[in-house]
Amino acid sequence: MKRREALAKLTGRERYVDDLPLQDFLWGMTVRSPAPRGRVTATRFGKDVDWSQFVVVDHRDIPGPNVVALIEQDQPVLAANYVRHVHEPVLLLAHPSRDSVRRAVRAVDVVIAPESPALDFRIAPAPDQIQYGPDNVLKHLQIVKGDVERALAQAPVVVSGTYETGAQEHVYLETQGMIAYLEGDVLVVKGSMQCPYYVLKALQQALARDETKVRVIQTPTGGGFGGKEEFPSHIALHAALLALKSGRPVKLIYDRGEDMAATTKRHPARVRHRTGLSRDGRLLAQDIEVVIDGGAYVTLSPVVLSRAIIHAAGPYACDHVRITGRAMFTNAVPFGAFRGFGAPQSQFAGERHMDVIARTLGVDAVELRRINLLRDGQTTATGQAIRDGTDRLAVLERALELSRYREKQPEHAAFNATHTTLRRGSGLSTFYHGAGFTGGGEVALKSRLRVAGRPDGGVEVLSANIEMGQGTVTVFTELAATRLGLEPEDVTIAEADTSRVPNSGPTVASRTTMIVGGLIERAADDLRRRVGLDDTARGGTVKQAIRRWHREHPGEPLLGEAAYEKPPGIAWDDKTYRGDAYGAFAWAAYVAEVEVDLRTCATRVIDFVAVQEVGKVLNPTLARGQVQGGVVQGIGWALMEECKWRDGAMANNQLTNYLIPTSDDVPSVRVAFLENPYPHGAGGAKGLGELPIDGPAPAILNAVARATGADPRAIPLTPEKLMELVDGQASVGAQQAAPLR
Amino acid sequence: MAALSVSFTLNGSPVTVEIDPAHRLLDTLRYQLALTGTKEGCGEGECGACTVYLDGLPVNSCLIPTYQVRGHRVETIESLDPGALEPFERCGATQCGACTPGVVMTAWWIREHVELLRTHSIRELMAGNLCRCTGYDGIIDSVEEALGERGRGKGEG
Repeated sequence: MKRREALAKLTGRERYVDDLPLQDFLWGMTVRSPAPRGRVTATRFGKDVDWSQFVVVDHRDIPGPNVVALIEQDQPVLAANYVRHVHEPVLLLAHPSRDSVRRAVRAVDVVIAPESPALDFRIAPAPDQIQYGPDNVLKHLQIVKGDVERALAQAPVVVSGTYETGAQEHVYLETQGMIAYLEGDVLVVKGSMQCPYYVLKALQQALARDETKVRVIQTPTGGGFGGKEEFPSHIALHAALLALKSGRPVKLIYDRGEDMAATTKRHPARVRHRTGLSRDGRLLAQDIEVVIDGGAYVTLSPVVLSRAIIHAAGPYACDHVRITGRAMFTNAVPFGAFRGFGAPQSQFAGERHMDVIARTLGVDAVELRRINLLRDGQTTATGQAIRDGTDRLAVLERALELSRYREKQPEHAAFNATHTTLRRGSGLSTFYHGAGFTGGGEVALKSRLRVAGRPDGGVEVLSANIEMGQGTVTVFTELAATRLGLEPEDVTIAEADTSRVPNSGPTVASRTTMIVGGLIERAADDLRRRVGLDDTARGGTVKQAIRRWHREHPGEPLLGEAAYEKPPGIAWDDKTYRGDAYGAFAWAAYVAEVEVDLRTCATRVIDFVAVQEVGKVLNPTLARGQVQGGVVQGIGWALMEECKWRDGAMANNQLTNYLIPTSDDVPSVRVAFLENPYPHGAGGAKGLGELPIDGPAPAILNAVARATGADPRAIPLTPEKLMELVDGQASVGAQQAAPLR
Repeated sequence: MAALSVSFTLNGSPVTVEIDPAHRLLDTLRYQLALTGTKEGCGEGECGACTVYLDGLPVNSCLIPTYQVRGHRVETIESLDPGALEPFERCGATQCGACTPGVVMTAWWIREHVELLRTHSIRELMAGNLCRCTGYDGIIDSVEEALGERGRGKGEG
């Protein structure tokens, strides 16, 4: 089935938040902290502005607690008298003219008495930089399996390495924005978001309104990638405060510069490995330390750290594993959700380390992975027994075949021996991604969903899960239509409006198709039973029964319902971090072929093969598009996307100097799926959206290492950094590694 | 600043707008003329989401002061024939849709100037339109289909 809303998007008719008609409204804007840490001693309003024309909101205008509800109640809606990062919101302004409000923001001087900021998560903070707990550690987590110290002591070989990954900006093409207005005494907030119920909760708490007095509506969302998971709550609150104070509709749309500077990014990370091996490369012990930069507030860092450590050991069998994770407080703009959610960082390190091991031991990189890949019945680092029947070796083999990995090795050797300035090589990564919330997260979410029977015999899916480009509307339509034997035209997907749709959970964590899609199937079954049919009834029979029900119950709603139920046999202990971390993992093997120009040290990916097993593929075009988009985002993260920092804030907050891949920077991404239907996923599907960002960076750096002989340990591997390495300087990561703490 | 009256041809019809001389063509189209199909992605000519035709040439409307189009011809995404977009629906050219109108404008211009393909690849010609969702294959495949070329091998898909 073609994407349902494709034609509206192709013709420009789709209305995003900034496209919606709005009468007699004000433009809102945010005045932000100029300093990374300190007390706010004054806010001075410039004399050249007629301030009587402006609506001005500060922390005293917040009716409820001055906190944006999330995991911890630590992040203010507006700074009261203390700031912890550059760009922290301090004041809000609104005016009918966008130009005027922009000028006015520049005319406000927020005066800060500066204090010493913590700006490098990798080094211990000085005493006067401690701002969270005794040591600025936001969260500490550990996974222990077996006895890693003893196994390391007995291992014939130990290989160590330190790996680093940089921040990444989401660059959803639609910047963030919200509109807020009053409809009677109900506050309505509309905008670009992934999680309408997160926004609702934040509005209710800080504005002290019960849920009947707040309504949140998701507008068509121009990309999210996690960037619109938690941050939209802030903009929603800001727009709402201005609307409540002014009594007029308020539109608050970030331009690209503000969006890149002030919103979240992927957590920077440093990962250290100490690996015990047999001489032929069998993993005997994995000691791994993952440290991520959380930034100035907790946001989602504890759960990002959780996913990072759970994925850190890779899809390999090893009896003795210890993984330690720390999320550090710094005075950087807070980091947040980004596609992959910690797993790309830890798996970059793990997969680059596999090639470092291979080189150190003189073992073939493919063979090293082949002997260690999880076989059915073996357990992951958390002790989760993998028994899904997926042939992980076949996934690897398919990637090698499609990429001609083996044949290309002599071809590259011949090319590199004869070419004066170009070097080619191929690199591999094998990896996995757990779908859905980690551990007991899905149980805690208690997702609910409805499928309504319409008087015309069709059905409407009522869910809080949203379309942001990944294909929710199309896949939900297919799932409902398939389950009931209806045509796609008989199915509508309700707008994600919290006054109408139940809370089916956030649109994150590769959970929408696999988990929420499963609720659609069960709610459709429930609907069928409510009209007196069994689960075999399909098509016209269903439509007739729905119409008949409505004739017999005029004016009443006909609702099939479903709530999340944990698949049988899944058990997780959040205290010990032991058990089944995810209901299912998707498995993948990616091969990158690169060409490095030794004159410029620019790396070009010239071929990319992405093979994965994601359960049943429900819509091949959409699934392929998810993989291709994720791979290209991964190429950007690996080679070009570099945040430059000034006082913990992004200095290059422009698409002019924060570069993402263009069509001319990347090859066609060749995609293949192996299918092993997952019995507890909708239509047999497993989660897919995040998997493809985990594998490209290590495959690319492994390829660069092969091509050049350099030993890169950090991304982004920009030309400047590769030049330092090939110019004879030793590996940065290995030389600077301090002992494990 | 005093308002300035500017007349130009928009999607085949004459229009006159009263503008602030500092306003960009993008703002005039979106906020004064309610043609919201043209999107703002970056506001500095990097992303191509705001692509329109000025006298038949694709330009970034965020870089054009509105007064510069006085007496000229402007065409926006709203002027294109939606009937010809089937390959773009079928091949996955759009995901989130925010870059899409700009992508379609550039793709259409390539279709009208196929002689460019003698010296440039589709990937080069599309490089002024950033897309963060598709990885570009869906876009390139769609342009190839729209041009009547046979799609090249894409692995197993």
